[in-house]
Amino acid sequence: MEVNVENKFVVQNLNLFYKDVQALRSISMEIMKQQITALIGPSGCGKTTFLRVLNRMNDLIEGVRIDGTVLLDDQDIFGPDVDVVNLRKRVGMVFQRPNPFPMSVYDNVAYGPRIHGQKNKSQLDQIVEKSLRSAALWDEVSNRLFKSALGLSGGQQQRLCIARLLAVEPEVVLMDEPTSALDPLSTLKIEELLRDLKNHYTIVIVTHNMQQAARVSDSTAFFLNGDMVEFGPTETLFTRPKDQRTEDYITGRFG
Amino acid sequence: MTSRSTFDRELNDLKQDILRMASLVERSLFLALDSLLSGDPVAAREVITGDDAIDNLQDDIENQCIKLIATQQPMARDLRVIITGIKIMINLERMGDHAVDIARSAMCVCGQMPQKPLEKIPHMARLVQQMVKEGMDAYVHNDVEKARQMCMTDDEVDELYNLTFQDLISYMEEHPQSIGCVVYLLMVARYLERIADRATNIAEDVIYLVTGERQCLN
Ligand SMILES: Nc1ncnc2c1ncn2[C@@H]1O[C@H](COP(=O)(O)OP(=O)(O)OP(=O)(O)O)[C@@H](O)[C@H]1O
Ligand SMILES: [Mg+2]
Repeated sequence: MEVNVENKFVVQNLNLFYKDVQALRSISMEIMKQQITALIGPSGCGKTTFLRVLNRMNDLIEGVRIDGTVLLDDQDIFGPDVDVVNLRKRVGMVFQRPNPFPMSVYDNVAYGPRIHGQKNKSQLDQIVEKSLRSAALWDEVSNRLFKSALGLSGGQQQRLCIARLLAVEPEVVLMDEPTSALDPLSTLKIEELLRDLKNHYTIVIVTHNMQQAARVSDSTAFFLNGDMVEFGPTETLFTRPKDQRTEDYITGRFG
Repeated sequence: MTSRSTFDRELNDLKQDILRMASLVERSLFLALDSLLSGDPVAAREVITGDDAIDNLQDDIENQCIKLIATQQPMARDLRVIITGIKIMINLERMGDHAVDIARSAMCVCGQMPQKPLEKIPHMARLVQQMVKEGMDAYVHNDVEKARQMCMTDDEVDELYNLTFQDLISYMEEHPQSIGCVVYLLMVARYLERIADRATNIAEDVIYLVTGERQCLN
């Protein structure tokens, strides 16, 4: 197997406050290219907040204050010359609940490329097919591309959202509990998909499902009350965690 | 603390069953050696018939472990508890089989064994029994230090095995009429040496259980 040890993100001493409340406390970590990094931890520990830092989604929330640095390919994402729209194109996000637009399957996937100026019909056709194939959805929807996306099952909708994201060719895919609304079979399909995707993308996934983190990720970070308690190879973290708090959390000994 | 009470109870049951299995194996070993040294075949027969109980416990333990893995998806220490449970169970089962081997040898030589070559066995037997006991003590108390120390005895056993082997060969050369009997003692020495290796495996399992690190101690 090809081992790629390049950084995609380098986070240094990141602090985040919602007004007076500190939600992240001096987080430092490196997210590796073409790896799947899982974020785990109890509700409210800051996983979503951290994920949203990586493509500056928190900018949209009032009263958020951030210090520390986040480098994406060695470039500070908070730097003055950063175009946030472009950042979010490079670093896309998939949410907990599938949120297809109320339009056809085709238009959902073509939406991003169109916004970014792609008008050529045959180019769009190609992008749509390629994205749907990459999201392992093509075979299920190729005969209903022009029907409403809302008629798809939850698992199909979630893969459609992934296809929609891939259509704009991001470098990083952020996923916030992407399978928590799905049945086990759809969940396995998404997990299988993640393994394929990681050959081309850097993936960061928040999950409450520890087995999922163990199954799909290369590295896992355990968050607790805004601190990153432990970060390391997934196998190590789940078989012999170094910190007692990690051990307590993953073995369900936590109050 | 959250809803782990059932799981914790099941893990504890697993440990108790492993300890029960260990005490059966220790008893078998004691009886087999006693039979060999005293020439009393009754104890040997008890070892042979008693092996079923050990095998049944082995099946129980295996099923418990499979069920725990399937239903609890254990992580971290829980996972190590179950995996080492399986490994210790396997090592105990093999020790039990060696105890049966010793008992069978005892029955074969019963009443015909000259006293002199027998003298080589008790010291080695004592060390091996002590290793088995200390290995299980280390398991009971999660005692890494004890596990490490116990493994040092294994070198002593190996040395003793080599000496015993030489001595028995010389004895057979001098007393060819006893070869048919004494050759069984050679095998017993070998079984004892194997049991000591199994005990060392258990010590390694204990160290992995407690620290998460694998160590090779023999
Ligand atoms: N918009 C907001 N304004 C103020 N506080 C917020 C906001 N969003 C999150 N927080 C607080 O920040 C902390 C971290 O929240 P976050 O949503 O990152 O947690 P999480 O780890 O994703 O939890 P969950 O597993 O429940 O999704 C929590 O205490 C939360 O109440
Ligand atoms: Mg969240």
